[in-house]
Parts: sequence; structure tokens; C-alpha cells
Amino acid sequence: MNKGVAITGMGIISAIGNSVEENYHALINGETAITTIENINTVHVNVMKVGEIKKTNEALAAELGLSPDNSFSRTAMIGTIAAKQAVKNAGITAINEYKTGLISASSVGGMDITEKHYYDYFNHPELVKYIGSHDGGDVAQKISEELGLKGFVTTISTACSSAANSIMLGARMIKSGKLDRVIVGGTDALAKFTINGFKTLMILSDTYNTPFDNNRKGLNLGEAAAFLVLESDEIVKKENKKVLARVSGFANANDAFHQTASSENGEGAFLAMEKAFKTSGLKPSDINYINVHGTATPNNDLSEGRAIIRVFGEGNIPDFSSTKPFTGHTLAAAAAIEAVYSVLAIQNNVVFPNLNFNTPMEEFNMIPQTELKHKNIEHVLSNSFGFGGNCSAVLFSKAHE
Amino acid sequence: MEALKQELKEKIIEVLNLEDVAVADISDDDALFGDGLGLDSIDALELIVMLDKDYGIKLVDPKEGKNIFRSIQTMADYITAHRTK
Amino acid sequence: MNKTYINGVGCVSAQKTFDTVFLEEAVLNENDNLLPIQAPVYKDFISPAMIRRMAKGVKNGIVASALAMKEANLENPDAIITGTGMGCIEDSDKFLKALIDNNEEFLTPTSFIQSTHNTVGSQIALSLQCKAYNFTYVNAAVSFESALLDAKMMIEEDDANSILIGGIDEMGDYTASLFKLAGFIKEDDGGPYPLLDSKTTGVVYSEGATFFVLENKITETTYAEVLDVEIQNTIELDEVEAKAAEFLKSNNLQISDIDAIVLGFDGDVEFDTYYKKLTENSFVNTPQLYYKHLSGEYNTASAFGLWTASKIIKRQQIPEILKVNTLQKSQYKTILLYNQYKGIDHSFTLISDVKPQ
Repeated sequence: MNKGVAITGMGIISAIGNSVEENYHALINGETAITTIENINTVHVNVMKVGEIKKTNEALAAELGLSPDNSFSRTAMIGTIAAKQAVKNAGITAINEYKTGLISASSVGGMDITEKHYYDYFNHPELVKYIGSHDGGDVAQKISEELGLKGFVTTISTACSSAANSIMLGARMIKSGKLDRVIVGGTDALAKFTINGFKTLMILSDTYNTPFDNNRKGLNLGEAAAFLVLESDEIVKKENKKVLARVSGFANANDAFHQTASSENGEGAFLAMEKAFKTSGLKPSDINYINVHGTATPNNDLSEGRAIIRVFGEGNIPDFSSTKPFTGHTLAAAAAIEAVYSVLAIQNNVVFPNLNFNTPMEEFNMIPQTELKHKNIEHVLSNSFGFGGNCSAVLFSKAHE
Repeated sequence: MEALKQELKEKIIEVLNLEDVAVADISDDDALFGDGLGLDSIDALELIVMLDKDYGIKLVDPKEGKNIFRSIQTMADYITAHRTK
Repeated sequence: MNKTYINGVGCVSAQKTFDTVFLEEAVLNENDNLLPIQAPVYKDFISPAMIRRMAKGVKNGIVASALAMKEANLENPDAIITGTGMGCIEDSDKFLKALIDNNEEFLTPTSFIQSTHNTVGSQIALSLQCKAYNFTYVNAAVSFESALLDAKMMIEEDDANSILIGGIDEMGDYTASLFKLAGFIKEDDGGPYPLLDSKTTGVVYSEGATFFVLENKITETTYAEVLDVEIQNTIELDEVEAKAAEFLKSNNLQISDIDAIVLGFDGDVEFDTYYKKLTENSFVNTPQLYYKHLSGEYNTASAFGLWTASKIIKRQQIPEILKVNTLQKSQYKTILLYNQYKGIDHSFTLISDVKPQ
């Protein structure tokens, strides 16, 4: 079995914290951050809850030291904050010194800004600068400019599995030698567009999300950004880097069932997990913790549960939890923040709790880990499934170096 | 009731963009979902919005739609009983 | 290491690029700043039940991918990888407009679902019942090249034998009006708009869908081998020649080995300077081609460029309408493509003939 690709740095900003340390602190102390939305004016304010980063756009811009004529969307700002943290954490000072890339992920892109000014552009010339900030690529562009990165830059957008796919592509590019190091992850800000989009699909909960609970009502949207730095073993050795953990396996498959719903037996999820194990050489019995996608929609948890049972066997499911009761579902950033949480679980030998759980689902015997648990964690499986049947599974392993 | 059923047939064709279907093609008791007209869960969500917008009926649980949208007749019956517009 | 071959192509564009051989019906339109698409008969490819809620980009993507797969005799790919700069912008605009106009009430899900960027790739997967790897790249002018690079890597990793890739973008009315306001598109009544030697900024805009079947073996439908793809976010104007030479060198090639260079001239006087650096210096003795005067400019228009290069290698001739200069070669074995947009998102692609010389 190959060692996997080295993770040498992480950065994160979410509803539960503005750094890796703050996020970890919240996770082990059960400090959730699902609240009533404040930064966006929406008619749905009282029938939904969100995992909101309690900073205004002005505050974020000030934190980044952006000039007044900047054209950053909120997605780009939180993405930049997280990416900078990751680069710093990895001890990178000369970003273009090696073949370095950025693989970002976003589903909202600059929509948070576009929806604010949609009709205003024609009468407000000072807003015209935001027209070019709408597309998904602009977020990666802004991040790479702030990092001074000139090399390979791209963005993946496959809904809620996006950041897992960024991690996957990054790992492949390191393994093939196409890149020496790569910053991978994702970012999505809250936006009226997504709030209303999810509302029309009737999958939002009006209260706190309860993953894998029989009475679950739906998800809470969230916003966040997280990036990890992956580096080749040559660079790790040469620069004497500390390896936080390794990306030891991954796979992507498609459910090909429905645009927004998952199949009854979780076929896409099953195929992704199965392939991740097959190509990594790890076995289901090696897994000490599953960070499930667990959005708390009636459909996802049933589908994902069935897929997990198919892979592990109903009696052999390792400790599992969804961390979405803490942060909400952060869409394209979800797999990135959950990658950070997977690494934290490995580094600190801890399983994070699946909060808000009361009643086991009647369809099968799957009870999440509801309290913080301390035990040795060697290998973590992280699942992320998105619209369009996009199913991704990533395996993280402890670094023994 | 007849006028409402006619209206519903026209609306379904328009809202769901059923270009090749004529009002005359839809019988009052034909199954709308699955076999019959072949509508799916996304169409159901569209019809839920139509109930709200045009007839002032708010459905909170999408699963209720299954019985209401069984056929034109069941839709017309439900709307007649619950409409606020 | 496995090699990557283009074994099928399909293109829906502002030109008649299906049911034709190779641009013999091409029409040069230098009078409009928005080029409308030459639409196929969608009903020939998609059932009415499906068409009714499909975004334009999805329909074009399904047709182009069907054409490519038919040509390559492929029924089910081992991966589907797409690139799009703006996604299905019409449906995105529709949902956003309804949201704002109706104050967030009476919204329906269809246009929201159609606006998610991976909707083209996922609807193709749905129609083929293809459960394999499915990625969508959304990074402006390298969206398509990212898909191409990913596919090539997969073939080299021996993870797939046949991959469907494509570049899709839509032209939406409201977004086009915003782009005009921002100066991304040339001004109305500013025509004619010849792309070469343009004196104005902005581009002539359009939309399209171009798909390829990439495989790890040569077949009777093979167009060319994809030798290399490189993506770089930032290249200074005075670095581009060195960068091109470096790219060729890493493939054991020199400028004299290049039989044609296909460039993404889009008529923006500010950034076409990148192409001129190459045409006026390093590649002054190379047959030079452009294509955006036919396809229009959009984030994935470079897929149309690859389509033209593939056709040239297969047919061993260059239609006059594509030529920047009048140089010719007796054989077109190796073609270099270079594209960028607004000075960023640069890509170099190298393809070559597989027939024995």
C-alpha cells in the first residue's frame, strides 16, 4: 500500500471558528454555531437556520487589507483567508519556488455579490467592477493573486462534493509529478440564490439539523472556506516539513439516478467508497472513523446509510458522525472543512460527536457517535455527495514519520 | 369544476413545458405521475408552487403532493376544497 | 505510459459544425458582436419529456457529446469530464430574476437545478446511465483545458480507456448586456469587428458545446494524439515566447517542428498582444491560424480551437478561412495551440498525427 500524499498545512474559516485551533476547540466543546441569518436580508429568515460566519463583508475586506476599489465577492474573501492560513501553516514563503498549483472549488462563486447588484449595474458605474466577479473561476483568481501564485490554477464545481474532488485532483497531480505542491480546498458563502434554490427543493429544516435521526427534517445551509497544502515526498524531505496526515485514498462515482436526489440503495456512494478502498489498498476494517456527508435530509441519510452498510456490513460500521450540526452544510466547502476535521481527528485521536441525535432511523441499525470519543485514529473515511449524483470518498491516514 | 379542470390541464402544460401534449390528451382520471403523463418529483415541486401562487394553498410537506396530484380530478377536488384565491 | 488519442468529435457552434465536413459552409460575420448558435434539431437527439426542462447548454452538450460518441463507436465512457466558464447562465439568470422580482416567493426548482455548473455532465451521465467518474471544471478560459488535462492523466494512470470530455458555454441575454456594460463585449454599433488587427477592446461573443472522445488506443476514427497540455495562470507578455519554447522543449520539440500554430485571437487589442508576440517573432515562419472569428469568444471556445486542429490533422489541409498568414506546409503533423483570456488563464496544447509519415 502506498503511503499517500502528504498534507503539510491547513487553513479554515467557518461558523465555528476563524482558524484551525478555533474550529477544533468548538468541536471538542460541542459549541455549535447554527443561528438565525444576519448578513443577508431574506423573507425566509424565521423559517430557517444557518451556519453563518459572523463577520460582515466590510470586516472581511478590512481583515484582508483590501483596497476600496476591490471586486472581491464574499466567497473570494473567505477563500483567501483560509488559503493564506494554509500556506502559512505549511511554512511556504516563496510560493513559486516549486511547481505549485491551486485547485479551488465553489458552487456559489461570486453570486453573493451578483444577487445584490443584479439590476443596479446600469445606474451605478461604481458597481460595474463586480460583473467580472460572478463566475466560479474569479474566486480562484483572487486567491491566487493574493498568494502571488502564478502556476497551475483551476476550479472544480460539482456541487457538494466539489472540494473532495479538488483534493483528489491535487493528490493525483502530486503523485504523477505534474506538481510539487498544491493548495486544495473550497469556499462558498451564503447567498439568497442558494437559500431560495434549496427552499424550492423543500430540503431545508426550520430548526437544528439532526443527521441520521429518524425525525430529521432537512439541512441547515452554512458558509465556510478551507484549504490544505499537499506536497510531494521530495519537498517534504528537502524542506524537513512536518506531515500532518496523508491523503491515502479517494474515488469519485456518479449515482446517475436523479438531478437532486440520491438513489434508494446509495449506488453512487457505494461505488465511490468501494473504489476508494480498492485503489488505496485499505480495507473497510481499517477505518476508525467515518465523517459522513450526513446533511440530515430524509433522502441523503437513508441513501448514505444504505451505502455504508453495503460497504462495511451492518454489524461492522466504525464510529461515525456528521459534523454538520456544528457548521451547517457548506456546499462546495463542505468536503474541505471536513478534510480539516478528519486530519484533526487523526492528530488528536478523537471522534467528533454527531449532535442533535435522538431517535435511531427505523430502516436500519446505524447509531452515530453522539459524544466526543477518545481513541487511536489511524484512518478516516470522509464522504461528500453532491447534486448531479456526484459522489466522492476520500481516505485520510495518520502520518508515521 | 369543469372550468377548473380545463384550467388545470392548460396550466400543467404551460408550467411544465409539455410542448407535445394537448389539453384533449389529458383525461380527468389519467395518472399524472409514473405511467400516464410521466411526471416526476421535480414536476411535483413545480405544481406545489403553482398551488400557492395561483390558488393560495401552501403545502408544507412535499409528500402530501403525492395524493393531491394523482390526477386532474383529485387536483380539482383538493383545490375546490382549499383554495383561498 | 498510455497515450491519449482523439477518436471522436462533436461540435455545436455559431457555424454549421454538424452534418458538414469541415467548415465548408462557414460564414464570416464581422458585423455582429453577438454570434447566434446554429442549433441542431434537438428532438432528433433528446426525448420531448427530457427537452422540456433542459437548459440550452445542456441540450447543446447532449447533442455534441452524442455526435462524438457516435463517431467513436462508444456507448458508455469510463469517465465524463466537462468544462464551463459560466455554466447554464440563462437558467441562472432566470432563477435570480424571479427571486428578485417576486421577493423570494413562488420560485420553482427547475431553473435552479439547471444552473448548477455540473448539470451538463450529470445529465449526460443520467441519459447514459453512466456511473463513472464525473468532474466539472469552472475556471474561465482554462475550464476546457482542465478537463483535457484530467482526462489525459486518467488515461496515463490507466484508470480509464475511453473518456468523454467537453467544453460548454451559453450566451444569456442579460449577462451579455452586463458584459457589454463592463466592456467585455465590443460596443453595439461599433462594427465591423474584424478580429485580426483590431483596434478596440472587448470581444465578439457567442456560445457552443464541443465534445471529444479520448481513448488509449488508435482506431479507424482517430484524429490525433494529444501529446501535452499545460495550464499556467500568469504569464507576462515578455515571457510568453520563452514559455512556448520551454513547453516545446519539454516535449523534445523545437519551433521548426510545429506545422501550424492555432491561436485564440479574439479581437481584444489589449490582450491579442500575446498572440502577436508569437506570430511576429518565434512563429513568424509557421502557418498561423485563428478561429474565434467563426466561433466567437466564450470561456470554452478553445475547445472549438482543438476541434479545428483535430480536423486539420485528419484531413491534412487548412481551410482558407482559418488562416492568419499564407504559409503552408506539405504535411501537418504537429500542431500547437495557445489560448488566454484577458492576460490570464494561459494554456498550451500539443497534438500530433498518428499516421506513419
